[in-house]
Amino acid sequence: MKDKPKLLTVLDGVTLVTFLAATAMVFFYAPTERVMGAVQKVFYFHVAAGWVGMVSFFVAAVVGVIYLIKKSPNMDLIGIAAVEIGIIFTLINIVTGAIWARPIWNAWWTWDPRLTTATIMELVYIAYLMLRQGIDDPERRARFGAVYAIVGFLSVPLTFFSIRIFRTIHPVVIGGSDPSAVGAFDMTPKMFQTLMFSIVVFSILFIDLIWHRVRLGKFQNYLEELKIKLQV
Amino acid sequence: MKSKTSFFKALSAVVWKDLVAELRGKEMLSAMMVFALLVIFIFNFALELDPKTRNALTAGIIWVTLTFSGTLGLNRSMAVEKDRGCLDGLLLAPVDRTAIYFGKSIANWVFMLITAAILLPVYSILYNTNLFSWGLVLVILLGSEGYVAVGTLLSSMSIQARTRDILLPILLFPVIIPVLIAAVKATGGFLAGETFSSLTTWIYLLIGYDVIFTSVAFMVFDAVVEE
Amino acid sequence: MTEVITASTIIKRFGHKQVLRKLDFSVQQGEFVAFLGPNGAGKTTFLRILSSLSKPNYGIVKIAGFVLPTQAASVRQKLGVVSHQPLLYGDLSAEENLNFYAKLYGVIDRSERISQILKMVGLEKRRRDLVRTFSRGMQQRLAIGRSIIHDPEVLLLDEPHTGLDQDASNMLDEILTRVATQGRTVVMTSHDLPRVANLASRFDVLARGKIMGSIQASDLPKHGLLSFYESVINQNEVKNEI
Repeated sequence: MKDKPKLLTVLDGVTLVTFLAATAMVFFYAPTERVMGAVQKVFYFHVAAGWVGMVSFFVAAVVGVIYLIKKSPNMDLIGIAAVEIGIIFTLINIVTGAIWARPIWNAWWTWDPRLTTATIMELVYIAYLMLRQGIDDPERRARFGAVYAIVGFLSVPLTFFSIRIFRTIHPVVIGGSDPSAVGAFDMTPKMFQTLMFSIVVFSILFIDLIWHRVRLGKFQNYLEELKIKLQV
Repeated sequence: MKSKTSFFKALSAVVWKDLVAELRGKEMLSAMMVFALLVIFIFNFALELDPKTRNALTAGIIWVTLTFSGTLGLNRSMAVEKDRGCLDGLLLAPVDRTAIYFGKSIANWVFMLITAAILLPVYSILYNTNLFSWGLVLVILLGSEGYVAVGTLLSSMSIQARTRDILLPILLFPVIIPVLIAAVKATGGFLAGETFSSLTTWIYLLIGYDVIFTSVAFMVFDAVVEE
Repeated sequence: MTEVITASTIIKRFGHKQVLRKLDFSVQQGEFVAFLGPNGAGKTTFLRILSSLSKPNYGIVKIAGFVLPTQAASVRQKLGVVSHQPLLYGDLSAEENLNFYAKLYGVIDRSERISQILKMVGLEKRRRDLVRTFSRGMQQRLAIGRSIIHDPEVLLLDEPHTGLDQDASNMLDEILTRVATQGRTVVMTSHDLPRVANLASRFDVLARGKIMGSIQASDLPKHGLLSFYESVINQNEVKNEI
């Protein structure tokens, strides 16, 4: 357990190389968008980060269900790892969105459904961390965390759906677009390839990070065990 | 001798117990009521509620008030179970845990409805408008059901945490937003005199949310109370 | 004689701390077992496992012929529990509290059973008073009444004397003896040795997550419980140092 698995080292390398490649693609391969200019390039990582955020919270909910059935402590480690990563990537998603929105929508923030939902989602998972912090017994902490991860993940699409019934100004780039949305654009094949590649790279990054975080959690547990042995 | 007490008997025992205890002291209800009234007064000064802006804001004010006073009730209702170890007493009985959940939820629902039933007429008197419509009654029923369904589940978690005094609203509010949006929209519609048929989207949405939240809470409640 | 409580190789961990370490424990029908041990030895934890409120990480618990946790409802029906908290509602009267629990346990002749119990614990005159106006001793007496409302075979008590003065404790003991002689099996944790010396029929000492010593009351020399207890604890501590 103490040695770093070889596969993880390989994955670290792959993540680094592909990440650099993705960055290069964004700047040199993908064409600069005609109307918006350079700021549109934030779009690739913006979408990819949002994707990782959603996947993380989904993973947290799924391992939550498994934890409640199997009660295996490993599931809890994955759960907390996924939520922490999800919070960071959702934050990246929101911040890059704001960077893009400032010149395009002429505002850092609008009460657009996606933006609002993303932020409410962020608050749900910050509440998740606060809940865990307030509980000392590890078994109960894991149980409550699992329950809240499930309830929280369920409410996110409902929130989006509710807000969505208002009209949106957020551009829907993938899967049919509403031309009236400000900042909408048609992707060229090169743009599309860059986007897809970014998403793949971020997914690899996600797997790499969650692996590291779970390992860290195991070390933490091991340390606790040693401490208790010393006391006895 | 049968081993398990029937679901309905256990549920009604829990509801009966909560109602009798509360209607005797009325500590929780009076706190909810006074708090609700204070919120309305604060809104009045904070928003300068002249008749024009008020009409647009009434729905929001009603639901913010109900939401805030609702957390007082939820916290109190669970604190009673924790105080003298009563939650253990409930769990020691040969009853379904979900009967306990539904019992507590129904009691909390009743308390919220009582608060609403007093709050709305008072609001009508204060601002000299008539709020009553059957549509609004339906929205209050549905909205507060969704609220207590999640609230009862989350308050039974927050009460077992070290930070129990501050945790409930932080856990509850971000999750309950879809119910609140639908409830505010439907309420606003009915107050503006819209017809029932034009508001069915929101009503169906409320019903859908209620069903989803209630059934999920029902499924995971075991995990919250069973060690 | 049949075994009413069987617990074998019970392990319970809190995080990484092992509180119970392969604990074996069994009780014959009609026994009154006093469960002794220093603070933090795991007495409360073990009693919570027996009472179905907590699950062990490993091991089997059988009570009155039913297995936990799969047959929890049947076990709960046979079990009365008194903890150091009364498990009563302050805003309900004595009678209403009993009535509520009687409903939860599906007791058939409720009002008759409630009167019977109130008489037994000496609270007939206060039956309509709210429990929050009761003294600690009265609350604890009512708690015992609450725990036997459904006439359980097994009674588990966790430090029932906590916070009681001399008189209240004596009164509690009187009720306990009466409850125990009705053919019930009783397990009680305590650290008040002189008090349990006259109550129990068997003494088990729990230390470091295991039962380190057990003795029948009949085998105990007069005033010998304290020396027995200390010898068990000391022996155990000597073993630690080696």
